[in-house]
Amino acid sequence: MEDKNILELERRFQEKIDNDIKIEPNDWMPDDYRQTLIRQISQHAHSEIVGMLPEGNWITRAPNLRRKAVLLAKVQDEAGHGLYLYSAAETLGADREETIDDLHSGKAKYSSIFNYPTLSWADMGAIGWLVDGAAIMNQVPLCRCSYGPYARAMVRVCKEESFHQRQGFEIIAHLAQGTPAQKEMAQDALNRFWWPALMMFGPNDAESKHTVQSMNWKIKRSTNDELRQLFVDVTVPQAEMIGLTIPDKDLKLNKETGHYETGEINWAEFWEVVKGNGPCNKERVDARRKAKEDGMWVREAALAFAEKRKNK
Amino acid sequence: MEKQKALYEYVLRLADDSLILGHRVSEWCGHGPILEEDIALTNLALDLIGQATSLLNYAGELEGKGRDGDALAFLRYEREYKNLLLVEQTNGDFGKTIMRQFLFDAFRKPLFEKLQHSSDQHLAAIAEKSLKETKYHLKHTSEWVIRLGDGTEESHNRIQESLDALWKYTNEIFYKDDIDSVLISENIIPSSEEIKAEWTKTVNDVLEQATLTIPSNNWIQEGGRKGFHTEALGYLLAEMQYMQRAYPNMTW
Repeated sequence: MEDKNILELERRFQEKIDNDIKIEPNDWMPDDYRQTLIRQISQHAHSEIVGMLPEGNWITRAPNLRRKAVLLAKVQDEAGHGLYLYSAAETLGADREETIDDLHSGKAKYSSIFNYPTLSWADMGAIGWLVDGAAIMNQVPLCRCSYGPYARAMVRVCKEESFHQRQGFEIIAHLAQGTPAQKEMAQDALNRFWWPALMMFGPNDAESKHTVQSMNWKIKRSTNDELRQLFVDVTVPQAEMIGLTIPDKDLKLNKETGHYETGEINWAEFWEVVKGNGPCNKERVDARRKAKEDGMWVREAALAFAEKRKNK
Repeated sequence: MEKQKALYEYVLRLADDSLILGHRVSEWCGHGPILEEDIALTNLALDLIGQATSLLNYAGELEGKGRDGDALAFLRYEREYKNLLLVEQTNGDFGKTIMRQFLFDAFRKPLFEKLQHSSDQHLAAIAEKSLKETKYHLKHTSEWVIRLGDGTEESHNRIQESLDALWKYTNEIFYKDDIDSVLISENIIPSSEEIKAEWTKTVNDVLEQATLTIPSNNWIQEGGRKGFHTEALGYLLAEMQYMQRAYPNMTW
């Protein structure tokens, strides 16, 4: 009898999905759907928060007042995105505190790109242009994700990300047209961030264990490889336009398909970074953990104060 | 002293306060004690950098030597910065950052309230815009001072220590010299006595609610308004000016 009920609930759930009706927090949903979303949304939230660190690294060294203000505003947006996303995960029953603890313990993942160091000002350009550019490719389809709170959060996130992408492109285009030292700085940033940016789309479709189920549930609406291709096709002409060279000797335009074909991604590097062996994995998580530990007394004080006022 | 020169020096003082404090607060971005506060601190930094930009650009115009806001922000030597010693002090813990900001906001709010009626139109306009922001800053920092002061024993002790450490820099807020006298007589700026009365009232009121004690040691440390700084400023400038110094004469 109970099994029959569950089957009926599942049938109705899938029917909603198939008819593009959003799933809302109080609706019945299969446990796997809930868990998949919690995993994906919290990873996304962690990526926003950890992603503040590589760019935060250059706020105090920004080369002029305008760039400093824009970079501050951008990194602040990332914090805001983290906040919406942690809230979206909370609608599924994931406690924010516990979710963050999972990041600190290494149990939860975040986008590997943030484990690469930012070594020059041009990296602020490369990150906006490539990393936010890749993020947009991933995130625009999520505005149509089947889970309502996530889809709605993504609408706002995407608006801001597209602004971030443009500010990054503006930085790098300016450098690429600047002095030889600036141009060299821009090319060096592209050389270091190009391949990690391609890795942001995740493993090839054949290797991606979550793709099929997520597509059926309309959590995911395009495959990793489709999105990666879209990114390459958009970005290569942009690099050409500003006179920078994509660091891939195998890159070529296939005239028949109209798509660019790239060389092989170094998947061994990708998996090492995912496992925790990237250039800055430890530094990034340590920084987050330190912020939490250093802020412990502040949070305790705020709670104690609120309690005192309640009793007054 | 001639009026134009005095006004340039005065605007530079205001600008450097915003610039240096904005820089300090921006160091928190990504490291705040809670996400909401990370966002709030970054907002503060943004407002201060915005104020610094308007003020420095205006200072550049007043000076009339072709320097713009960026040239003034990034290409002066340490002795040429005229900010208060208070604002260049290192961040310390969150409580010290909040206390530093509170002691500053309690001064900036009444100052901008008066400056928005300045006979100098340009300065009045900047003050009017900055006042809106500063009111929020003061509200935010006052609430935190009270929360931390009257929170736990640890938070009380920590923020009391910050108050003790920063107190010697507060008198400089009301520093006055020829520059001020010239501008007061032209109705461009208010007298520091008016501002001091309001600052004292705000500080006493908030510290009392926070159960904090004003330090009995009245030693005064000043020098920033004349360009004599603490050891903290050199490192800040080395970082802030890095790009402009390492790659001179380029645009970004």
